[in-house]
Amino acid sequence: MARVVVDVMLKPEILDPQGQAIVGALGRLGHTGVASVRQGKHFEIELEGEADAVALARVTELAGSLLSNPVIEDFVVRASP
Amino acid sequence: MTARVGVVTFPGSLDDRDALRAVAAAGAEPVSLWHKDASLHGVDAVVLPGGFSYGDYLRCGAIARFSPVMDLVIAGAREGLPVLGICNGFQVLCEAHLLPGALVRNCHLHFTCTDQRLQIENTSTAWTSAYEAGAHVVIPIKNGEGRFVADVATLDQLEAEGRVVARYVGSNPNGSARDIGGITNAAGNVVGLMPHPEHAIEELTGPSSDGLAFFTSVVKALVSV
Repeated sequence: MARVVVDVMLKPEILDPQGQAIVGALGRLGHTGVASVRQGKHFEIELEGEADAVALARVTELAGSLLSNPVIEDFVVRASP
Repeated sequence: MTARVGVVTFPGSLDDRDALRAVAAAGAEPVSLWHKDASLHGVDAVVLPGGFSYGDYLRCGAIARFSPVMDLVIAGAREGLPVLGICNGFQVLCEAHLLPGALVRNCHLHFTCTDQRLQIENTSTAWTSAYEAGAHVVIPIKNGEGRFVADVATLDQLEAEGRVVARYVGSNPNGSARDIGGITNAAGNVVGLMPHPEHAIEELTGPSSDGLAFFTSVVKALVSV
């Protein structure tokens, strides 16, 4: 079994009001020094086999088609130890 | 011949009944379609209704877009089948890349539910031909993720090609780019709309009957084919 991680983030130019709300909450809690927060999604995918190049290519394909919307989001795929 | 207009029910659809009712009120035969259907049952047009398909898990419309019936809707839309996506249906059409852009969380983070004033700007689509250009209508809007976004080049292209179908007037309920409430594809057969015309087909149950013309438009388009 191997684990592959996919992180999905809104593109930088897309306003993230959830992240802004978190910044506001941090301020109210007295945490200073936070300039901005952006919220994303983190997927942990357990493969039945090894995380070889073929498997990573398949995960990249599904990350770009289902796990993220390329119109508004970027993603990163990496094998996880 | 009576036009047959299908309304897809996904698990989590909410407004399929009202959409079927609006189709009947417009003089067409309403046909219920199921998300697992392997056939469109010979319908002449399709409505993707509002709701929370598949719980809106992952992203709104992201899972519905891969349901079996959508393969047929996507193939049909590319060949000219009139398709109207309302609210969640608009999100499904964007996820399916039948329409450009995407719909994301409202800028104020609140679910909005109000009677919204709109200007109908494109009356050449299959779903808006019964309106007068520039008409102001009042139609309910209700969404948590209705903020239309697209890159500047796409927005400029939509404006230049007259593909903004409806624009919010008075107030922008969700922070949509350029007050956009609805758009069409280049061919004019696929329309996505955040407000809910199916909730405004008669004075008794809606704020107006202004929404009915979306449905009479497609009936007119189908009869004249």
